Amino acid sequence: MSLILLAEQVLNGLQFGIMLFLMAAGLTLVFGVMGLINLAHGSLFMIGAFAAAAVAGATGSFLLALIAALAAAAAAGALVEVLVIRRLYARDHLDQVLATFALILIFSESTRWLFGSFPLFLNIPETLSGPVTLPGGIQYSLYRLTLIAIGLAVAFGLFLLISRTRLGIRIRAGESDREMIAALGVDISKLYTIVFALGAALAGLAGALVGAIQSVQVGMGEPVLILAFVVIVIGGIGSIKGALVGAILVGLTDTLGKLLLPLFFGLFMDNASATSTGSALASMSIYILMAIVLVMKPSGLYGARA
Amino acid sequence: MTRETLINSALALALLLVPLWAYSADEPFIITLATKVAILALAGVGLNIALGLGGLVSLGHAAFFGIGGYAMGILASHAQSYTAITDWPLLIEGTKSMPVIWLVAVVASGITALLIGALSLRTSGVYFIMITLAFGQMLYYFAISWAAYGGEDGLSIYVRNGFPGLNTLDPIQFFAITFVLLLAALLFAARLANSPFGLALNAARQSPQRVETIGLSPYRLRLVAFVISGMITGLAGALFADLNRFVSPTMFSWQTSGEIMVFIILGGTARLFGPVAGAALFIILEHILGGLSEFWHIYLGVLLLLVVLFAKGGVIGTLAGQDKAHD
Repeated sequence: MSLILLAEQVLNGLQFGIMLFLMAAGLTLVFGVMGLINLAHGSLFMIGAFAAAAVAGATGSFLLALIAALAAAAAAGALVEVLVIRRLYARDHLDQVLATFALILIFSESTRWLFGSFPLFLNIPETLSGPVTLPGGIQYSLYRLTLIAIGLAVAFGLFLLISRTRLGIRIRAGESDREMIAALGVDISKLYTIVFALGAALAGLAGALVGAIQSVQVGMGEPVLILAFVVIVIGGIGSIKGALVGAILVGLTDTLGKLLLPLFFGLFMDNASATSTGSALASMSIYILMAIVLVMKPSGLYGARA
Repeated sequence: MTRETLINSALALALLLVPLWAYSADEPFIITLATKVAILALAGVGLNIALGLGGLVSLGHAAFFGIGGYAMGILASHAQSYTAITDWPLLIEGTKSMPVIWLVAVVASGITALLIGALSLRTSGVYFIMITLAFGQMLYYFAISWAAYGGEDGLSIYVRNGFPGLNTLDPIQFFAITFVLLLAALLFAARLANSPFGLALNAARQSPQRVETIGLSPYRLRLVAFVISGMITGLAGALFADLNRFVSPTMFSWQTSGEIMVFIILGGTARLFGPVAGAALFIILEHILGGLSEFWHIYLGVLLLLVVLFAKGGVIGTLAGQDKAHD
């Protein structure tokens, strides 16, 4: 195995992790501020991807598609928050799980009804297609590199938002004492809607960006959602920093596991069984990582409370 | 006799009478639907022990359902191809005998539940929900990549497994097996809820600190409940695989976990017969709405949303009043 292949896979893992971060950040924010577990976050990811594919198909512009994805997911998020989610904050987690599971059914089937069961395709924009040569002679997809850059920029922006702006101060205040900030005259239900829409927009952005390298189809959100849960469990619920670290850990473990485990088993097994054992184990590797983190730190790497 | 007991008896009777009527009217499809209700209700009874009694919101019970299914699939596929499962360190052969398959399914899902439970129960609340979901998904991906047993395509079993003295290919006889197992599980769940263990578990749900101060370990109580719960759901998985004569990774999928939970909620959380009412309602809806529209899950979603937001006790809670509702 060449070093170039390894470097390429590390970049792939990083890109995958960064996209997971966009999902996990919204989830962890919503949980941290409102104490809500939202299974329908994957549906917002899907809405972003479908909105982008539809707008790109109609206009041919990738930038407009991204804007549409952000707007559609944020609007869907705000709508759902006002209609349904708002009634769930005071309920127990079981009710939240069920109501958001119901939302998944409604979103998925409505999308299937609108767009049909066949996958849509979202093309990578012309200017970003093709490879670039990185230092060291590594050929790497420019689009994926852009995804890493966008993701890191969003992470940085989110960090500034939380630590430097008035909205960020309110979000942090809402996390630690919601009665107190309501008493100080902050419109808490408006704040909740904004946070939820912000999380939704991040998920929609991830959906649109990933949609260009996968196919856009119904049910694309849930596998990512579950991975985002693993990320949050590893990073610690409510912590944006934990979400970033967890996401990159999960992205790298998954990608490198798929590359290295079959090779590792190839050292003392014949080729066919090494490939099957290695890939079976690789598909479980991130969950094993999660189990290890749980044994060492039940509330996650950066989690304050269990 | 309280109103809930009355409703429960009516439900059990209806689940028995509908297939009997279908048998006399020669409607084997209805018998199969009733069998499906009995099996799914059994899976729900399993989850209800963890969820209703123990307050453990497990979103990963598809893991046990799938393990039960694959226990059946692996044993029966080796029996139908006359190959041994392993010949080292000792010879293990496949089997087509239901009682043996059930035993293997229950033991295998029990061991899995012990492992998953021991890790997941270190946490609680939202963490527990996410972790059980993640472990379920782990087994889903494992089943997909496990090429020896069909991978993504699953395994077909050509002839239903046998039960001594019965012809399991006859729908009404297979229904009888599932119905008896469901009743046995319900009886067990009822006895369990009123046993010292069940009372302690219930107390651990309401106030773990108080349980701890009288010298009981909430972790151990919950772990035992989780294992029992997984075993019953695993048994249901083996039966479900036998009903379809097919196992696939779908049995492990997170949708399956969600649906088992939906049975309980539609019926009524922590109600003994909640899963029976819920599974019956689910199958009836699937049958009626599925006939009306390809997109019947939209209606199911709306109904579920309304039940969660406005009718917390589910079917049984609405009919029997709020005396024993989940708190």
